[in-house]
Amino acid sequence: MSPVPGVAEAGRRLRDGDTTAVRLLEGALERAGRYEAQIHAFLTIDREWALETAGRADADLADGIDRGPLHGIPIALKDNMCTRGIETTAASQILAGYRPPYDATVVARLGEGGAVVVGKTNLDEFAMGSSTENSAYGPTYNPWDTTRVAGGSSGGSAAAVAIGSAVAALGSDTGGSIRQPASLCGVVGMKPTYGTVSRYGLIAFASSLDQIGPLTRTVEDSALTLEAIWGHDPLDGTSFSGRYPDPKSGLNRGVAGLRVGVVKELAGDGYEPAVESAIGEMVSKLESAGVEIVEVSLPSFEIALSAYYLIAPAECSANLARFDGIRYGHRGQGATTEALMARSRAEGFGPEVTRRILLGTYALSAGYYDAFYGQAQRVRAAIQEDFARAYQQVDVLVSPTSPTVAFEAGARTADPLAMYLSDICTIPSNLAGHPAMSLPVGLDDQGLPVGFQVMAPPLGEEVMYQVAAEVERLAGFDLSPGLQEVAS
Amino acid sequence: MSWEPVIGIEAHVELLTDSKMFCGCAVGFGAEPNTDVCPTCLGLPGALPVPNKAAIESIMAIGLALNCEVSERSVFHRKNYFYADLPKNYQISQFDNPVCTGGYLDIEIEGVTHRVGIERAHMEEDTGKSTHVGAGGRIHAAESTLLDFNRSGVPLVEIVSRPEIRGAEESRAYAQELRSLIVELGVSDARLEEGSMRFDANVSIRHQGSSELGTKVEVKNMNSFRSLERAVEHEIARQIELADSGGTVVQETRHWDEEAGVTHSMRTKEGSSDYRYFVEPDLVPMVLDRQWVQRIREGLPELPAQRRERYRGDGLGEALAGVLTAVDPALRHVYEVAVAEGAEPKAAANWVTGEVIGWSRRHEVEPSELQLDGAALAELVGMVGEGKISSSAAKEVLDGVLSGEGSPARVAASRDLIQISDRASLGDLVAKVLESNPKAVEGYRGGDEKVVGFLVGQVMRATQGKADPRVVDELLREQLLA
Repeated sequence: MSPVPGVAEAGRRLRDGDTTAVRLLEGALERAGRYEAQIHAFLTIDREWALETAGRADADLADGIDRGPLHGIPIALKDNMCTRGIETTAASQILAGYRPPYDATVVARLGEGGAVVVGKTNLDEFAMGSSTENSAYGPTYNPWDTTRVAGGSSGGSAAAVAIGSAVAALGSDTGGSIRQPASLCGVVGMKPTYGTVSRYGLIAFASSLDQIGPLTRTVEDSALTLEAIWGHDPLDGTSFSGRYPDPKSGLNRGVAGLRVGVVKELAGDGYEPAVESAIGEMVSKLESAGVEIVEVSLPSFEIALSAYYLIAPAECSANLARFDGIRYGHRGQGATTEALMARSRAEGFGPEVTRRILLGTYALSAGYYDAFYGQAQRVRAAIQEDFARAYQQVDVLVSPTSPTVAFEAGARTADPLAMYLSDICTIPSNLAGHPAMSLPVGLDDQGLPVGFQVMAPPLGEEVMYQVAAEVERLAGFDLSPGLQEVAS
Repeated sequence: MSWEPVIGIEAHVELLTDSKMFCGCAVGFGAEPNTDVCPTCLGLPGALPVPNKAAIESIMAIGLALNCEVSERSVFHRKNYFYADLPKNYQISQFDNPVCTGGYLDIEIEGVTHRVGIERAHMEEDTGKSTHVGAGGRIHAAESTLLDFNRSGVPLVEIVSRPEIRGAEESRAYAQELRSLIVELGVSDARLEEGSMRFDANVSIRHQGSSELGTKVEVKNMNSFRSLERAVEHEIARQIELADSGGTVVQETRHWDEEAGVTHSMRTKEGSSDYRYFVEPDLVPMVLDRQWVQRIREGLPELPAQRRERYRGDGLGEALAGVLTAVDPALRHVYEVAVAEGAEPKAAANWVTGEVIGWSRRHEVEPSELQLDGAALAELVGMVGEGKISSSAAKEVLDGVLSGEGSPARVAASRDLIQISDRASLGDLVAKVLESNPKAVEGYRGGDEKVVGFLVGQVMRATQGKADPRVVDELLREQLLA
């Protein structure tokens, strides 16, 4: 038995009376206490708040009130989700000390589900980055090798789950920010169909791409956590109000007869051999398990990254305009209102955020709009068409989650383009608004986890989890070496 | 060479919905600063907008009343600019796909109808309010600025006319007609002095007969119809003077100074400002399905132009129809009921627009609180027509009715204002008067017509003014000739 239980396992122990929510929380906090100095997964841990919630969860269970699968489960939240009265910074200086007056919808839903928030996890500032090195409060390191990055931007959430200082975590994924760190940290990271998890209270990076999702130790945990947070929210104008899929229904169904597409464009140059071989091996195993493997080509994937780096910065240039030092956050000195705003922003934003705001402002400017933003929107439409064509042939698409395993800290910080390439496999699903998830399938020869990505059509979570569950069984991946690595 | 002014007017109308455009906060005026606010209208991190259906219905009603096309699919855009009272530093507005496009509004000046084209009407959110402290409220020298976000996010409709207005008087007529239409629709209180309806004028000049547009100047800060008219008039004159003296008009925004009666330059625009419009990703496109539009169309009230036309059909004539169209709805209702009860329309309209309004002003009673219904007005008009009361007595009867003394018949009786038109009793009285005025009788018979007036006066005096003068005149002539 794993030293740190997953959601389903912890829930069983809790209901069998083998543990309590307070003990589960104390276990998580104890691990955080032991590893935070090396990992730095958290920005804020409010022990009092967490213990109080855990105590209430125990009292409720004792009274026969069972709030569902997350009841009493210690969960970490990426620090770009608003928590009423608890500091929420998006890892930016500009929000240092900011305490929101309201809870994000996902936070409220976790509360209704009896979950216990362990703390707020580290991220690249405003979720802009792929290594969590853009945090204004220092990087998060990878539990499998603390000289390496945890990935990003949800690096804190991925590392916290990998190290066991939370049983599950929430992250946000704009271009791969859940799946890529999950891949680098050897955990399961899932980005739901756009519009199925409310963005209300998620500090926006790029509104048309942002989506909250779970990071967990198992595929089943992922489905359980997803079910607790998704569903229509009247506070989010882009929230999906139709019928939601049943992500758990296919977990034990097997994959015989399914058609799986291997994306031709997500391989080759720039992909580490160890990554390619781990993916290839899993594809072969799936074939042996009765899956029909089809190689599919989605040519627009080649230009997805360029389109993403116009659309996301354009939206962020407007989304981050509100941070002006007038109503909240860091305020710089200035003789005029304009000077005060400019100073606040210059002092409050880090270099990557500034770069993207400038890029986005430029892309939206008169005379450039059509060549940049307009063109990027057309690429986005082409990606959707390519996906639609592929899904006429196959049930799901698979690829590596990241071209590489976890890279050395500092290796890409001086080269933004190299860093941007980390998300080449994950971005298309964001541009299309489709669900996708990453789960570990093995280790490379340095002992670093390799992530396998499963992509599905919109609202295709059921078949996606069905395939992921099989991949998990076939991989037999064991998280504990990563835990012991740090422990030793 | 003579110049022709070309004017386009942008009107902003704050809608009177229960809640704001994109959040559930109340739309209230006069509340304590920063009390009708929430994460969304304060632009807090993570907050999201959700559109207000009632506001969308209001703009559809405005568009339909202005003969516009309502788009089947309409999109919100972000308009990006930094300003302290704009909490997100972008305004959710509309750009190339507004709710309403391509309508018109007919205005009348001295009986001549002018048609002003409507370019578009779009939906947006209002900003907060800045109050500059110190330096007499001037922004540049102010010591500090206070921000109130109660108004932030209030639904705002911008109505843009085509540049088809040809002068200051037309500008005013357009603005007034537009306001009465908005009030009629009940979508806004449209108070200029409180800023719930605001007008900006784009003024340019060109050579008479030219079809090109000159460089336009945007004039702001007019808070009454009179100041709109004055500002436009001033701006036209300024531009003509400038052009005639060899200068060129520069594209800029000018601020109307009501006291000085001049416009001042606020800022020069080099081309159009770059607001970096792009589709608002937090909102999905609005689908305005045809059945919904049809329901709104069917729910439209009678509009001023239609009403004016109907009143003309009642035989009221141009001026009276115009005046009656514009009076308080409660007074129009009195008129409509009176006519339905059989009152002669012109007389009823004259009473309503004259004596009744006058009385309500003198006594400071709101028209809707007046104790006069249509039936009573019809009765009053009838009594005058039948000669039961004189027209001067009728004013007294009206006063009695409005003072709550009862129906016209009852007031006429209790105030003793009924005319005597009974020929038998008046005949005896006339005979007595002739007997006691032999000189006058002699004079008449000698050909002096004027004495009739004197004799009528004598009869009236004897009856304390209650005799019907027409009947008295008739009887006198009969008896004098006998």
